[in-house]
Amino acid sequence: MASTAALEVLTTAGRRRARRREWLAVLGRAVRTTRGAVGLSIVGVVVLIAAIGPALAPRPADAFVTRPFDNPSLAFPLGGDVLGRDVLSRTLAGGWELLLMAAVATLLGVAAGAALGVMAAYFGGFWDSLIMRVVDIVLAFPQLVFALLLVSILGPKIWLIVLAVAISHAPQVARVTRAAALDISERDYVRAAQIIGMPARKVMRREVLPNLTSVLMVELGLRLTYSILVIAGLSFLGFGLQPPAPSWGYMINENRIGLVANPWGVLAPTLLIAALTIGTNTLTDAIARASLGVGRGADDALLPGITAAGAVT
Amino acid sequence: MTSNTDDEMTGAGVTGDDDGELRLVVENLQVLRAPSRGREAVDVVDEVSFRVQPGQVLGLVGESGSGKTTMALALLGHVRRGLVIGGGRILVDGLDILGLPQGELQKLRGRRIAYVPQDPSSALNPTLKVGTQLREVLDGFEGDENARAARLTEMLAEVGLSTVPGVLDSYPHQLSGGQQQRVGLAMAFACRPQLIVLDEPTTGLDVTTQRRVLETIRDLCRSYRVAAVYISHDLAVVAEIADHVAVLYAGRLAEIGPSREVFDTPAHPYSRGLLRAIPSLAEAHVLVGMAGQPPRPGNRPPGCFFQPRCEFAIPDCERGQPPLALVSETGHGARCLRAAEVVALARTAEARTARAAAGPAAGVSLLDVRNLSATYGPKTVLADVNFVVPGRRCVAVVGMSGSGKTTLARCLVGLHPAWGGDVFFAGKPLARGIRRRTDEQLRRIQYVSQNPYASLNPRRTVGQIVEQPLAHFERLPVGERYERVVAALTAAALRESFVDLYPDQLSGGERQRVAIARALILEPDLLVCDEVTSALDVSVQAAIVELLRGLQAERGLSLIFITHNLPLVRSIADQVVVLNQGAICEAGPVAEVLHSPKHPYTAQLLADVPKLETPVGGA
Amino acid sequence: MTDMTAPGKIAAAPAPPRAHPLRDTLIKRLGFGVITLFCVSILVFAATQLLPGNAASAALQNTATPARLHALEVQMGLNRPAVSQYWSWLTGLFQGRLGTSIVSSTPVSTLVGGRIVNTAVLVLLAGFIGTVIGVALGMLAAARRDSVLDHVLSVTALAVTALPEFVVAMALVIFFAAVIWHLFPAVSVFPPGAAPWSDPTLLVLPVATLVIVIVPYTFRMMRAAMIDALESDYVEMATLKGLSRRRVLIFHALPNAIAPTIQVVGLNFLYLAGGVVVVEYVFNYPGLGQGLVNAVADRDIPVIQFVVLLLAAFYVLVNIATDMVSLAASPRRRLPRS
Repeated sequence: MASTAALEVLTTAGRRRARRREWLAVLGRAVRTTRGAVGLSIVGVVVLIAAIGPALAPRPADAFVTRPFDNPSLAFPLGGDVLGRDVLSRTLAGGWELLLMAAVATLLGVAAGAALGVMAAYFGGFWDSLIMRVVDIVLAFPQLVFALLLVSILGPKIWLIVLAVAISHAPQVARVTRAAALDISERDYVRAAQIIGMPARKVMRREVLPNLTSVLMVELGLRLTYSILVIAGLSFLGFGLQPPAPSWGYMINENRIGLVANPWGVLAPTLLIAALTIGTNTLTDAIARASLGVGRGADDALLPGITAAGAVT
Repeated sequence: MTSNTDDEMTGAGVTGDDDGELRLVVENLQVLRAPSRGREAVDVVDEVSFRVQPGQVLGLVGESGSGKTTMALALLGHVRRGLVIGGGRILVDGLDILGLPQGELQKLRGRRIAYVPQDPSSALNPTLKVGTQLREVLDGFEGDENARAARLTEMLAEVGLSTVPGVLDSYPHQLSGGQQQRVGLAMAFACRPQLIVLDEPTTGLDVTTQRRVLETIRDLCRSYRVAAVYISHDLAVVAEIADHVAVLYAGRLAEIGPSREVFDTPAHPYSRGLLRAIPSLAEAHVLVGMAGQPPRPGNRPPGCFFQPRCEFAIPDCERGQPPLALVSETGHGARCLRAAEVVALARTAEARTARAAAGPAAGVSLLDVRNLSATYGPKTVLADVNFVVPGRRCVAVVGMSGSGKTTLARCLVGLHPAWGGDVFFAGKPLARGIRRRTDEQLRRIQYVSQNPYASLNPRRTVGQIVEQPLAHFERLPVGERYERVVAALTAAALRESFVDLYPDQLSGGERQRVAIARALILEPDLLVCDEVTSALDVSVQAAIVELLRGLQAERGLSLIFITHNLPLVRSIADQVVVLNQGAICEAGPVAEVLHSPKHPYTAQLLADVPKLETPVGGA
Repeated sequence: MTDMTAPGKIAAAPAPPRAHPLRDTLIKRLGFGVITLFCVSILVFAATQLLPGNAASAALQNTATPARLHALEVQMGLNRPAVSQYWSWLTGLFQGRLGTSIVSSTPVSTLVGGRIVNTAVLVLLAGFIGTVIGVALGMLAAARRDSVLDHVLSVTALAVTALPEFVVAMALVIFFAAVIWHLFPAVSVFPPGAAPWSDPTLLVLPVATLVIVIVPYTFRMMRAAMIDALESDYVEMATLKGLSRRRVLIFHALPNAIAPTIQVVGLNFLYLAGGVVVVEYVFNYPGLGQGLVNAVADRDIPVIQFVVLLLAAFYVLVNIATDMVSLAASPRRRLPRS
């Protein structure tokens, strides 16, 4: 027997290798591709601008320092905005809240959605139906409209917006997670844990959840992109951060009328938001490819989600 | 790559006298994995040559990773994504199909060369009716509308589908597996092709359906004088249907010759190894596995590919691919420097080692199942099952799909609480579900399942996986836990170095051993094995079976071994229980039941099992 | 069961009492849909109960004295228990009494009626055009996988799909209306009561914005679905049967890409229901979305309630329609083995 075993371990190069955490490995693989590198750098640049922007802004963001829609000059490289404030300073200071809100809303939404999805999949039966019905109800609202509804009642409060966006993410994440978790719960290694009498909570946490890493990473990326879009959209409509506080979404709206006079009031925040969302989307696509294999992308990560989303049979 | 052996190779695979026209000639076929950035071209299949005459069947045998399916598709000039045909010729009635432009090739397919797929349930389009898919093939058929309609009716009769009402209007998923495969056969034979490639067409079918489908294939091949290439991993099936056999190993032909000769007197150590690993229905042999695994494309050793695993290896074997050596005038040859010796060894009629009789059973029965019935929702899956598992004994539970055998396993280990009846374990009653069983019962009954690729958590190391049951039940210091883990791994014939590996670094056989180690760590009395070797190659299966027998002897384990493979039952079990549609139709000692079955179902099963010892042409 | 007997019968032989999975599913879904809407209506109504103060104080704002407040409350029925308020609101909806706007004191139905039509035109046009373009491009890219065209389309889709709608809208305005060219009006206002198609140039930019927003997503889903079908075993089998590439693409691959297509079309319409809000706002288009935004700004509760409920009903219906159509297109689910 021993000699058979010895022969069995035919050494092929690199059979033993240290294994880091999976999410790190997937991220690493993703970033090494062109898409991943591009996505990460774009996101990095915008996050940097938003994060240290406030410290770099040459003037206070709400100070009236020049004429409305003044042309760019050395003193004011991006010119003046609708009320004569410095566009550059407002742009530098107007991003971090958007990012923070989007990040928190995403994390909350994905955490809640994942928990619901895993529970629905693992317990099945009554709990599954109940959770999925609730999911259906929340999904009956378009994300933006849901947030608008809450804002109309309680006013444009930051915590409310974050909460509203998080709640509207949870159902979609729950659906996708449920589909993946259902697949995993059927696997024999989950049965092996059940057989020795391991309690359900432990089985979910130790056996099911770790295998959802790549699905969750892709969902995080997708939801982050959507969070940014919705929150910026709310800002644009005037229901986000209230003036005079600078926020990119609101700036785009308030500077619209001076588009011909000084486009930078609109262009600067537009370019930054666009860059951010394109960056996160590209990075997410790279992550999806890295976790699924070559040649496929987030589309294939989404596809099961579609067929899962379509029919809650 | 040597090519001076062309003449020798093309001489192989052809019988001496009936040297009539050759329907299929394959010369030096090579299929490569296409080079991409950072990777060179790597050959998947190379230097494959053989010939087939009209009306004859060539069996192409190989385990997983040998390149069989690649070969099958290549015979139609088709390769999958990422592969290219690197060289060689495929002559069908003298026409080299590899030299044809795509349009011409497409006209040949379906008409002069046809393909029968392995998995008809995925090869038939789920959104088109069966009739539509059959008529499509007939578009290339000579004749007008009426001729085609007549041919369609004829085809259905030939494959035995004419008695099934509404076949043409059904969708594929409405047919059973056997019916779907017959549709596949009908599509292939429709235009009376000259060459047919069958890619494991009976895998996944139960034994009786398989027998029927094989008969149909044989009849059709004979009546149409079609040359057929039948690809399979199952040597017994090939023995039943093929006139000649070619053994594929790591993309190369290891041996080729008339099938009876190759099976009786193999000339290549690999073929010999395979034959010694195959269980036989007639006698309980010790199964001998082959250590190691076939090398993957790109990882192949210099010289003979089999040499690292070969017990006949000599230093010369590393020096380049051995040429094909003929060992008889019938065209039987093998690529081995010591082919003649291997054949001689086989000719000395060394019998396979018979299994020693099992030791005495323990007195009291370990598991006593009385009137067990189980349901899945409204459906009754098991009805009134009674049997006893004595201590230190292996009881095989045999049944085809739908017989309820997996449900039985799951009821016994507590995964399926919807059962009724009484089950006593070591004298005490066993509760239905896991929640209500005592710790002692949970520890003493363990379970190993079928799919080695799904039974281990990919996110954990082998050590963590094996340790899990131990950590759940006992609080031991780290050092002691580690020792127990290593002990369990050793019992499963795995070295200590496996502790830090992840499942995706292991082969199928190694994973099953890890699953067994995990089941052994709590030192159970009863091991329930649910089709644990069904997903493994036959040589790996042999090793696992011997491992289990060994464990049984050393530790006094009892086994419940669930399988559909009757010859395997002969080799591993002491008692056997035959399940049919949820009820036991026969039970008893293995020798008795398999030798003189009392129930017609058992007798039918035994008659339908393909046997390696069959003379060619079927019994 | 096992194939014990000779060829045997098909499992689901067409015998008289046949299950109607289509009809049964439809009934089940409609039932769930009604329950969902019911719950949504409760939620919407309950949310408004969270108001600090109530509808009456919101209406009176600064002019509220305790006496006037009380009088208005009685008039609006706000002193009745919540459940009875909810019930009269709900039954009122069915009878066409959609409530009265707090802001303008006109009935909600007047305010909203014309807007519904306007938004419907926008959504239908954009949905149809966007779906057709997206599906066609997706299939083209899949059939020519890994070609230059495929790469260009895929990367473009990846970028455009990430853009916020107001960015797309602004870009179109900058290019075609205000700064670079002046081909179309930057604002799409037309007199109330006029049909949206009375001046098509007003529709071009809003529809174009919505189309640009949904095409990339549709494209990617279709490409993935088509590639999935093209790499399937049955398509390989069809090729090996000697069928022409054209036939394989159209008769074998395409029908299997229909189910995902339907899902995507449904998702597009669902997306448009929300996406239309920002676009109408940017172009000042007098539709439901703009109405909602105004109502939210004014805290005009009855209008908000009705519009949200209407959108929810739209969502539920589109979901049901999508499910039913994809069920009909999938024989495997439509005709189960018995």
